[in-house]
Amino acid sequence: MRYWSERLWELRRYPSALLGMAIIFCLVGLSIVTVIAIPYDEALDRWRGGDYWRMHPRNAEPVWLNRLKGGNKPKTLIISSHDAETKSVTFSGGRRLRIPLHFDYDFSAFPSEINLFLKSEKHTREPFARLTWHTPDGREIPLGGRRITANDRFSLSQDWALERRLGQLPHVGLLARPDTDSPEVLSGRYTLVLDAVLFDEAAEITAELVVYGRVHGLAGTDHQRRDLLLALLWGTPIALAFGLLAAVGTTLTTLVIAAAGVWFGGRLDATIQRLTEINMILPLLPILVMVGTLYSTSIWLMLGVVVLLGIFSASAKMYRAMLLPIRESPYIQAAQAYGASDSRIILHYLVPRILPVLIPTFVTLIPAFVFLEASLAVLGLGDPVLPTWGKVLNDAQNESALYNHYYYWVLAPALLLMLTGLGFALLGFALDRVFNPRLRRI
Amino acid sequence: MKLSQNPSIPKKAEGLLRDLKLMLLLTCKRIIALVLMVLIGVYLTILIANMGGRVDELRLVQIRSEISEAVRGDLSFRELDSAERNQLIQRRVDLEVQRLNLDRPFLLRSFSYLYRAMRLDLGRAEQMHSDKGSREVHAIILERLPATLLLFGTANLLIFFLSVYTALWLSRHYGSFMDRIVIVLAPTSAAPAWFYGIFLILCFAFLLPILPAGGMVRAPPPEDNWNYTLSVLKHMALPVMAMLLSQIFISIYSWRTFFLIHSSEDYVEMARAKGLPSRMIERRYILRPTLAPVITSFMLMLISMWSGAIILERTFSWPGLGTLIFQAIGHHDTPVIIGSVVIFAYLLAFSILVLDIVYGIVDPRVRIGVSR
Repeated sequence: MRYWSERLWELRRYPSALLGMAIIFCLVGLSIVTVIAIPYDEALDRWRGGDYWRMHPRNAEPVWLNRLKGGNKPKTLIISSHDAETKSVTFSGGRRLRIPLHFDYDFSAFPSEINLFLKSEKHTREPFARLTWHTPDGREIPLGGRRITANDRFSLSQDWALERRLGQLPHVGLLARPDTDSPEVLSGRYTLVLDAVLFDEAAEITAELVVYGRVHGLAGTDHQRRDLLLALLWGTPIALAFGLLAAVGTTLTTLVIAAAGVWFGGRLDATIQRLTEINMILPLLPILVMVGTLYSTSIWLMLGVVVLLGIFSASAKMYRAMLLPIRESPYIQAAQAYGASDSRIILHYLVPRILPVLIPTFVTLIPAFVFLEASLAVLGLGDPVLPTWGKVLNDAQNESALYNHYYYWVLAPALLLMLTGLGFALLGFALDRVFNPRLRRI
Repeated sequence: MKLSQNPSIPKKAEGLLRDLKLMLLLTCKRIIALVLMVLIGVYLTILIANMGGRVDELRLVQIRSEISEAVRGDLSFRELDSAERNQLIQRRVDLEVQRLNLDRPFLLRSFSYLYRAMRLDLGRAEQMHSDKGSREVHAIILERLPATLLLFGTANLLIFFLSVYTALWLSRHYGSFMDRIVIVLAPTSAAPAWFYGIFLILCFAFLLPILPAGGMVRAPPPEDNWNYTLSVLKHMALPVMAMLLSQIFISIYSWRTFFLIHSSEDYVEMARAKGLPSRMIERRYILRPTLAPVITSFMLMLISMWSGAIILERTFSWPGLGTLIFQAIGHHDTPVIIGSVVIFAYLLAFSILVLDIVYGIVDPRVRIGVSR
């Protein structure tokens, strides 16, 4: 124990080790916070996409990035009918409602989309709604009307008739200064007036106007409106868990098997040696890709295959070479003399002896597996349900993010991967110097 | 032979004969072991690639649906009634199953696969074909191999020689500014080459469009040889740079450490004390005893070159073996998958054999079978 604490205490002399540990602590802390803040099931459910994200813009860049560039791109505005001053006129057999939805628009760019979500309740006959768009300079643009169902939406941006009438995309034309060659934003107070006729006394109607912006949150959004922050946050515990489990699984099993081979010798040792040589021929990544395409891309199956193929990895030979001289040392003979069992000698006397040499390798192995998971995801073999960094990269690649200038989409997961790799590598290199006696001499 | 000049061996001819005999014995032993190794490795690959027959079921379903669609869509069979049509479909399915040997049990087929694979008779691809239109697996693989060798050969040779020479220089200037920079940058190698590839594509293909983002040659390919080479070189620049970035620092770092350990040996100190020039110390006292590990790592580099890299090639759309394996797996094209692994296994085994022989020549202890 003394040996370990002394060696670890030595680490403080290496600034790189301290930096590496700081990064790792940050990542672990982030993972813990994430797992507590967003439960696993909820994260999976949200990442599946769909209705949860309907109020989010598509492909919006992070807010801070826009600030940094000095831009004034629009945020998403949500105007609810709860805050509007509704005028209600009752007539026989129904009510007439007039809901003005105001919003102030003073951004430099046009919104990315405009949608109106309508919800009507407690009615027997479907209500009728008519929309009018009032611009700050007093123009009125009728947007048509129709019967609305219980859960309805007016997709103004996809109204082809309106687009033809305005001569440009609706979310541009509705907010543009009139009679200019290139569209310019006309800032000021806009109002969407919703005139609804309800055919029931008790019927109610709620409306939410969403003017989608071009910036969102800390991490931006992807093509399915999902907040990338969710994947970036949840990618952390998944990456760490995968890396750690794979590293522990491969190193420990290999070590124990190599120790068993050395201790028992003879045929067992020869078999292990031959298996290691055969394993060298099997290419790891093609086999993983094969398993991914033919069976399932579940991350736990991949982990299993990685560990399985890692058991007889080339490092078994290295451990064997290190263990062979230890086998003959007097303290092992002493253990034998007092009647220690084979398993006790292997697990308590042989394995712990070379653990110090192993620690640095082990630490540098973790990022290798983190990157392996990302690699598989980039090949399109990521876990189908889990939000991981690699899958974000894969989505970005499929949507040609670089070509479309959505740089944040690639850079954020890539930087997190890099940070993880760097953290463990920095610590691993320092550990290597501390635990490797040959390196310490120089 | 240089080794026979060793003064510890009494008579020249006798020593040479003994060495030859030992080398022959060693080579034979290793060849037998390696053949067995390749045999088992390839068989395992066949089992995995076929997933114990699961792929066959998938393929049967696929064949049936394809044929029935073809028959239903064919206007000349429109007059047939349904019973006749089903018969026709069944007949065609049987023919196709026979053509692909799917009617025999998997175990038997796996052995015939193994036998043919070991004879390098790789058979015909099921879905894929080479750019020239051939269905022969070896034609497909041969077409892709040069691309992989060109890219990975260039990059690996560059990395190897650059890192060994820089490391030698650094081990002489231990603790200098350059040395520190290399130590600081070594952990950046935790990221694989494709990862740097993304950044390089971002920087040099989109932000500063001076180099192509992917592919091997401009489309359409230039007519004359000179422009063709130039275009290939331009396309190679980014992937080679990505590999260089991801490996060079760790490579220099480990070689530097290795040389430093060896240059603190007593005989090197002795040579220094004698006042020998540093070039001579490097060549005779540092490089020569470390020759075996240097050769090993050179060979390992060659081995990694054969397999290419699936993801790097995919990132840069490089038409090499890695891309081929990925496409073959996507098409469930078993012969191509097995073919590329067989080629890989053979090349690997061959490299290991050469390595063993070179070891035997360089290191007498290996030759006479003294365990280290």
